[in-house]
Amino acid sequence: MAARALGWLAVLALIAGLGAAFGYAPREAVQGNVQRIMYLHVPAVLTAYLAFALVFLGSVGYLLTRRAGWDRLALATAEPGVLFTGITIASGSIWGKPTWGTWWTWDARLTSTAVLFLVYVGYLLLRGMVDDQERGARYAAVVGILGAVNIPIVHFSVLWWRTLHQPPTILSPERAPVSASIGLALLVNGVAFALLFLYLLSKRLALRRLEEEIRA
Amino acid sequence: MSAYVRRAWMVAWKDVLSERRSKESLNALVFFSLLLLFVFQFALGPERARVEAALPGLLWLGFILSGLLAFGRTFLVERENDCWEGLVLTPGDKSAIYLGKLAGNVLVMIVVEVVLLVLFAVFFGLDFTPVLPALAAVLALGTLGLASVGTLFGAITAQMRARELLFPVLLLPAVVPVLLASVSATQTVLAGEPLADAAAWLKLLAAADLVYLVVGVLTFEFVLEG
Repeated sequence: MAARALGWLAVLALIAGLGAAFGYAPREAVQGNVQRIMYLHVPAVLTAYLAFALVFLGSVGYLLTRRAGWDRLALATAEPGVLFTGITIASGSIWGKPTWGTWWTWDARLTSTAVLFLVYVGYLLLRGMVDDQERGARYAAVVGILGAVNIPIVHFSVLWWRTLHQPPTILSPERAPVSASIGLALLVNGVAFALLFLYLLSKRLALRRLEEEIRA
Repeated sequence: MSAYVRRAWMVAWKDVLSERRSKESLNALVFFSLLLLFVFQFALGPERARVEAALPGLLWLGFILSGLLAFGRTFLVERENDCWEGLVLTPGDKSAIYLGKLAGNVLVMIVVEVVLLVLFAVFFGLDFTPVLPALAAVLALGTLGLASVGTLFGAITAQMRARELLFPVLLLPAVVPVLLASVSATQTVLAGEPLADAAAWLKLLAAADLVYLVVGVLTFEFVLEG
């Protein structure tokens, strides 16, 4: 019941997000309408970061307590995390074509996001290949922990190339250099994506519980 | 502490001894390196300038491909004759086994790297002697990074069905920073510039090695349970 309510809330928020992105937010002066991809791109990547942080939390929690709930959390956040990273890369690619003139470039942030994507695709592959549930949870937790602590190392290693990507707009210590209306539209979409993520998470958790019941 | 070091040493010594008697991995690995050299030569053609420009990347490509073969086998031998159970029953901190296996892998990689360097020197007419000390430092840091993740993931995939498929898929994205930093530092060194010019990369490598080692030591006991 609560999951259904959350689902409808996410739908409403996404509709509001679309309205904010296409109706409320102004046309950007330099890039024109293309800039509106930002309302998909930025919330997607922030949600992906949140998801991978939760994978780390679930992995550490599982190894410390050995309780299946932590493992469920890691699994149920890793899958949407990969999904949202995929959306980030795809939308960024579509945004890059008209603004940079290329679908893909080996720029630092693009590369590190792609590496992040591959690490967690490997994580999901691993989860799919172990039959024994408890063993799979342990292995996945180790890979999940290494993947997470690796994120800053990957980030710095690719940062030391010249970068084409604009500096981060939202997660930077200085005040965000966006106008108030763009910021508000971003916020609405960010909340919408967070709700969507929570909905997917709750559904996946429930599904996993059913899977475990069948197997037991 | 000394018992811990002794246990790690015994695991490494056991592997070295069985490798010395069976020569199972090293023979094939050395031969594999030779074959890689042929592939590189076919890909690049006879032009010397192209070989020299691509050399740092080629070297590390050779190392990581050999490493994928070597690391993936680390724990396979333990599956025979219930050796795995023996490891699980070992008293004391299980991370000693990880460090012992890691030492064995680093040793194997050093042999492979030396062989590859000699082969490159002979077949492409290169002279590594003036840059050898600096190169050795880069190789040591890079190898430790590759081997520390490779040993941990090798233990994970040893118990799985599609291990030869999954192992590279897990390891390669995880060691991207090590490869990037190692190739860049090797480039600096081979260009004859002082090691200090690659200081930033070396620091990154050292930090990455440390992080991977700590994760490996802390999580290995959960992998060893089987």
